[in-house]
This record gives sequence, structure tokens and C-alpha cells, in this order.
Amino acid sequence: MDALALHRIHFAFTVTYHYLFPQLTMGLALLIVILKTMALRTGDERYNVSARFWAKIFAVNFLLGVVTGIPMEFQFGTNWSEFSRRTGGVIGQPLAMEGVFSFFLESSFLGLFLFGEKRLSRFAHWGAAFLVFCGSWISGFFIIVTDAWMQHPVAYTVMPNGTYEVASFWGLMMNPWAWLQYAHNMCGAVVTAAFVMSSVGALYILQDRKDDFGRIFVKLGVTAGVIACIIQIFPTGDLHGKYMAKNQPVATAAMEGLFHSQTGAPIVLMGQPDVEAQKIDNPIAVNKVLSFLIYGTTAAEVKGLDQYPKDLWPTTLPLLFYSYHIMAGLGTYFVALMAVAAFLLWRGKLYTSRWILWPILLSFPLPYIANTAGWMTAEIGRQPWLVYNLIRTSDGYSKHIGAGTSLFSLLGFLGMYTVLSILWIMLVYNFIHKGPDTSEKLDHHTLTTA
Amino acid sequence: MQALWFWIVAVMLAAYVVLDGFDLGVGIIFPFVTRTEEERQHAIRAIGPVWDGNEVWLLAAGGTLFFAFPLVYASSFSGFYMPLMIVLWLLILRGLAVELRMHFADPLWRTFFDGLFFFSSSLLAIFFGAALANVIRGVSLGTDNYFYLPLWTNWRTGTNPGILDWYTVIGGVMALLALALHGALYLSLKTEGHLERRSRITAGRLWPFVAIATILAVPATVVARPDSLHNYYSHPAAFLSPIGVTVSLIAIIIAMRKHSEIGAFLSSCAYLVAMLCGAAAGLYPVLLPSTNPSVPSITIAMSIVGPHSLRVGLAWWSIGTLLALMYFSIVYWLFRGKVEQHIATYDH
Repeated sequence: MDALALHRIHFAFTVTYHYLFPQLTMGLALLIVILKTMALRTGDERYNVSARFWAKIFAVNFLLGVVTGIPMEFQFGTNWSEFSRRTGGVIGQPLAMEGVFSFFLESSFLGLFLFGEKRLSRFAHWGAAFLVFCGSWISGFFIIVTDAWMQHPVAYTVMPNGTYEVASFWGLMMNPWAWLQYAHNMCGAVVTAAFVMSSVGALYILQDRKDDFGRIFVKLGVTAGVIACIIQIFPTGDLHGKYMAKNQPVATAAMEGLFHSQTGAPIVLMGQPDVEAQKIDNPIAVNKVLSFLIYGTTAAEVKGLDQYPKDLWPTTLPLLFYSYHIMAGLGTYFVALMAVAAFLLWRGKLYTSRWILWPILLSFPLPYIANTAGWMTAEIGRQPWLVYNLIRTSDGYSKHIGAGTSLFSLLGFLGMYTVLSILWIMLVYNFIHKGPDTSEKLDHHTLTTA
Repeated sequence: MQALWFWIVAVMLAAYVVLDGFDLGVGIIFPFVTRTEEERQHAIRAIGPVWDGNEVWLLAAGGTLFFAFPLVYASSFSGFYMPLMIVLWLLILRGLAVELRMHFADPLWRTFFDGLFFFSSSLLAIFFGAALANVIRGVSLGTDNYFYLPLWTNWRTGTNPGILDWYTVIGGVMALLALALHGALYLSLKTEGHLERRSRITAGRLWPFVAIATILAVPATVVARPDSLHNYYSHPAAFLSPIGVTVSLIAIIIAMRKHSEIGAFLSSCAYLVAMLCGAAAGLYPVLLPSTNPSVPSITIAMSIVGPHSLRVGLAWWSIGTLLALMYFSIVYWLFRGKVEQHIATYDH
């Protein structure tokens, strides 16, 4: 394999693995704030015990997110130095802001949230949880601003030496792509957390233990889940898709598998792209839907890949097609599952309907797959560009770092992350097996005045 | 304005060394000052709520370097590829060791995590010292402003150095000793009982070695990079940093004699800052010196980003850093005083 491919896999692997953790912690931070709020409003200690239980799972995932996140910031320089040199004047800004505005906030208040419950008042402890939530969502924002600039560069000037600089700070921050992607992405994080929480709840109900907590988790997970799953498709996914079709039409054509321009273009629900023959093998398609989804009318013409020279096509087209279809297919399944569960919850039958608790229990890995596939759609769709229409991926990597060196550190990360995965499974299995601990009751009055 | 960003990056790196330095130092002396499981938990509790926030200064400084000096970031991070990958792996292992130890009840697991904590902390201190020494000594830049250093060549400084040579090894050992002392002073400040006593004794034993290493470092630097004294002759105010180093080093031992734990620790902070100031003053306005006679060093002017970015950057950096100082004040205030040996403040 050549150096370019290895540098790409190096970044792709480490960032994909990294994002398994933040997608849970960002969503979970919101759900923990909701639990803490319910504890404050109802005075029901079970919500505090629930928050404490999820805080443990949060802490381990947060730690893994931190230690796998540091390599991401380093890799811009180590593996993508040409890209960093040329665009540091733009993307250095949001990346530095992430450190200053988010990491300090998160790291300072996470410790207080995890270990300070006895020392802080109820309201101060709620505040610590809320600030951790703010920190993690601010972090997500700056990363999305960075990625959105690579997808849809705005507000820059080109310097005589070929480097890029920010022309307007607000232009960079208000990039429409960033806000659409942020809404879609954060919603996806809530989906992951909601599925994980309802899955653990379903486990306790099916096992017939930790009964109260099983119901609390399923209730909150399904309620948050049904809202997030719907927003994920409409409006965030819909708007993001339309904006992408307008600004990256070739990527849209590739992910939909539309080789030839067509009026009343069909949407391919399933199929296998055959790049050589420029057609979809064994397609299952619905006529005119793609035109409608993009332009709001079934008669509109959608440009196919044949409108663009081949060197502008995404480089791994079938992978893009599959990623997009897995994301969209799973998103549809999520809405169906959560809608049924929410209906049963409303009718008061959810906790006894084992036939729906089973799929809730087993579905927790699927949002991870959907979020990963969504990011693959965005990033593979951007190819062959590193910064859309400005810098090609083949011009951005560290030319002095050869294929063997890159492969060496990639294998190092593979090994290191295998160890992390094993430790993660041991710890999270243990937490869930033990479950929420009702014996850890805290008497706030005596402890805060002591 | 351009010079200001040189000093902003320098101050953030100094904050990193002073803050993360003490929890790295706790890792370095960890096996030597703790005897029982209770003492080991005690030592970890003394850094538990703050180590992660301390480490953020490294990320924030790295991000700021990327933002203000993209060329330096691109050149140095790719040039130091291999050691940086090792640093990343060590940072991962160290984070696991500190945070996961309490979740495993089995003594064998705990011993494993303790060993990992010591090993990763010590190697990180050595790597950071060697990294700073590399930047002081310079690297063999190519005409495209990139470089790629082998781990070592002939162990000599000169036009074609490796990452490790006699000078950078001195830098690594120097950092190991200075941070071990820093960590020992922190533990004696924050803990009680046998742990406090042993930390104080360890600090007393480390001090002479740190003093000797400091005295050696000055002539070594002049030999490794002869023009590092240039700034000192043209701007005699720079001599304040070696004076600061001397004064704070002596202040450490005086404060220890007077049993002022806070005085000794703060003197150690001042010592680290003065050492870094001395290095920065010797470098300015160079960010990455070239040992290649036909390629000039990378300076501030060559690598600084445009004026609009710098103006906007100064606004958010000031606000963000003020907020960060506020968070740190809250956390360190709530965490003030000695960490008690017997009370479990952890819920696990």
C-alpha cells in the first residue's frame, strides 16, 4: 500500500475508534442533566442514584474519549503536515478554541461532578453536571466547525505562499454547513445514549432485577430516543442532505448511486454499485423519490456522476454507497422501534411487553454503527478532496513520513486500542452487572454543613 | 503582536510543565514513597481531581501553536514523528493507570497499574526534557522547512543530530530529576503521615542532584548551541532568568529547612518557570533552530499567521484563559488543604 492510503487509514481508524466514546458521553451528559433535574424537582432519591450509576459509565467512556482524542490533535501535524501547514491559519483557530473553551471546562467540572457530591450542595452538583454537558457540547461544536470548513470552505483568503487564512471569524463560525452538521451530529449522539440507556433498562426488566431502575432507564431512554430519532431524520438529516446535494452534487450522486442524470430520479433502497459498468446491480428502487427529496418536486432533474469528470468522483465509491445506505436504513429502523416503544410506554404496557424489550436490549450497538456510517458518508463523500475544491487529499499528507513508518504506528494504535477495548468491556460489564447502588445514599444536610 | 504570540505559547507550555509536572513527578516517585495500599490511594487521591485538567494545558498549548504558527506545528510534529507516537501511547497508558486503578479490587491489577503509572510518568518526563533540548539544539531542516530525525545518530550535536544525543539525554535526565523533586514537594504539601514524611525526605535527597544538573545544563547548552547566548548579550534583561533559577533553587532548600511546604512547592514552580524562560529567551525570535548551515532557522516572522487571525485570537484567547483560570481557582479552592489519609472521598 502506498503512503497516502496508509495515512488515510491511520487517521480514519483512530478517529473512528475515538468517536465511539464521545458519541455516548455527549448524549449521556444531556441525559444525566435530565436525571439530576428530575431529582431536584421531585426530590426522588432514585434519580440521584440513577445519575450516579450513569456517571460511572460516563467517566470510563470520557477517559477513553480523552486518551484517544489526544492522538487526533497530534495527527494533524504528524501525518498530515502539508495540510496543517497550509490550513493551520483557518482550522487552527477552532481547534485551539476547543482546548481553551471546552477541555478546561470539562476536565475541571467532571472531577467535581464525580467526586464532589458530598461536598457540594444539590444545586451546585446539578451545576457541575450541567457544565460538563456544556463542555462536551462546545467541544463537539468546534470539531464540527473544523470539519465543516473542510467540507465547505468559507470565509478564507489564499496567501501568496499557498496557505489559507481566516478572512472573517464570524463567517467561519457561522458556516451553514457547520450548523446543519452540528444539529445532525449531536442528535445522533443523543440517539446513541438513549439506546444505551434503554438497553440497560430493558436488561434489568427482562432479568427481573433492579426493577425501579430498569423502568426509569427505559422511560427516559425511550422518551429521549423517540424525539432524537425523529429529529435525526427530519429536519436535521433532511436539511443536511439538501444542503449537501446543492454544494457537493457529485458526492450526493455517488452516495445515492446515481450514475446517469435523470429527471424524476429514483431512490435506490438497496443494491450494489458497479463502478466499471456504471450501474447499480440488483437495485430495489422507488421512482421519482430522490428528485422529490432533494428538490421537493418529482419532476426535477438530479445530476448523475456522468456530469463530472472521473477524477472528481469519490475514490472509494461503493464504500460511500454502502455507508450512506446503512446510516439511512438504520435511522429508519430507529424511528420505527422507538415509535412502537413510545406508544407502548404511553399506553402503560411497555414494561411488560417482552417482545419489544428484547429488540430494545439488542439494538444498542446499532446507533454506533449508524453514527460511524454517517461520518464515513461525510468524509468519503468529500474525497478526492481534503478541503473541498481547494486541496486534494493526495497533497495533504506528510511527505517525509513513509508508508512503513505510518503502518508501524497504525499497528501500534491497533494494539493499544485492543487493550483499551478489553478494559472497557471488563469495566462497563462490571458496572452494569452491579447496577445502581441504592445503599450509597447521601445525606446532604449533614454533609454540606459539616 | 507577533512577539506576543511567541510568549503566549511559551506561557501555556510553562503552565503545562508547572501543573502537569507535579502529577508526573508524583508518578516518578510513586514506588519510592508509598509502602501500603492506603498510602498508594492517598497519593493518587492527591492528584485525582486535578491531573486531567493539568494535562489539558498541553493540548491547549499545542492547539495554540497550531493556530498561531502553523508552519512550526507542521514541521516539528511530522519531524518528531516517532517520539511523538511514543508520547501518545505513554499518555494513553498513564491516563488508564491513574483512573482505572480504583475500579479493580484485585491487588495484582493494582500493582500492574502502579507500575504502569511509574513507568509512563518517568518516560514522559524524560521525553519532554529531551524534546525541549531538541528544540534548543535545533534540527537539520530541509529546504522545504521539513525534517525527519532518526532516534539517534552518532550521539553528537552538530549538523546532523539525532533525537537523542549527549545533550538531549542531559535534557531528559534534567527533566526527570526536576519533576521528581516538584512531585515530591507537592506530595509533602498535600498529604500527611508517613507519605508526607517520605516525600519530604525524597525531596531533600533529590535537591542536590537537581542543583548539579542545573549547573551542568548551562555550559552544555552553550556547547550544543553556541549562539544561544546571543540574546543574553544583546538584551541583558534576559539574565533575570538564570538569576531567577538560582534564587528559586536556593529558596526551595531554605523553605524546606523552615518546614514551609507551600514555600518549597511554589519555589519549585518558580524554578521551572525560570528555566523555561531562560530557554525561551535564548531562542527568541527563533521557534525551531536549524543545524543545517544552508537553511535558515524558522522564526516568528516566517511562520506567524495573518493579522486578522491574531487579533481575533487575542480576544478569544484572553476570554478563554480567564475562564480557565476561574475554573482552576474553583477546583483548587475546593481541593485546598491536605488530602486526608483515612477518609475515602471516592465513592468507589
